Amino acid sequence: MSEKDLQKTENTAAAERIRNVKTFIPRVDIYETKEAIFLIADMPGVDEKTVDIELEKNILTITGRVEDGIGKDYSLIFSEYEVGDYERSFTLSDEIDRDKINATVKQGVLRLELPKAEKVKPKKIAIKAA
Amino acid sequence: MFTPSFWRMKRFADSVPEILRLQQELNRLFSTAGQSTTTDYPAINIWEKDGVALIRAELPGIDPENIDISVTDNTVTISGTKKAQDLKEGENYLRQERIPGGFQRSIQMPFRVDAKGVEAKYEKGVLNVSLPRAQEDLPKKIKINA
Repeated sequence: MSEKDLQKTENTAAAERIRNVKTFIPRVDIYETKEAIFLIADMPGVDEKTVDIELEKNILTITGRVEDGIGKDYSLIFSEYEVGDYERSFTLSDEIDRDKINATVKQGVLRLELPKAEKVKPKKIAIKAA
Repeated sequence: MFTPSFWRMKRFADSVPEILRLQQELNRLFSTAGQSTTTDYPAINIWEKDGVALIRAELPGIDPENIDISVTDNTVTISGTKKAQDLKEGENYLRQERIPGGFQRSIQMPFRVDAKGVEAKYEKGVLNVSLPRAQEDLPKKIKINA
């Protein structure tokens, strides 16, 4: 594992937040099954209330708001990572059935199911005996 | 011409937290104190309050049962495994950025830890371990006899 892989990457392209926090790019896995495309994003510190998924035209944007949740009377004595919001956008192709997108958040991991539209699902064509 | 004014002072005061943060960042950059901070996983932040240290680490998507925390004297070890997705046949990755595998990290605290008082909490993918200082390690007040 290289150094770059382990550090959070700052999202410098994202629009700046009104709150003075940094924005990071969540690391994602995307895999494909016959029925759907799954997108899994590591977003530690978010839950179902603080994550937003928006689909505008064909741009899917995931954002997560992270509150530090640390009391005022705590002082930081050693720091290796920074806490901030998450934002990342993906362009979807037409093969996704937009109405059936399903999202869950568990243990700081966002899981998006992007079902394929009926028309692009592989079909088995039966061969009739002549 | 530069004339110090009240307005300027106020602006400066506003930037104080920012300057302090910059100073912290610089300190962090130059005083890694013998630790290789960049390659260790998970990255940690340590907070302190009333002699209790709170270690925080971002470990998204790991079952709390798969995280082990052990304390010996003044060293805390956090280890665990991040499971890979089980892909069935015919399923393939289009993109894989999350790294599965095991990790282990030992953190040496500047005091002896009261192992019994250690508490760990895992929520929203963030691990919190609070480490109280051992009673016998606390500074003792010595009374001066007249």
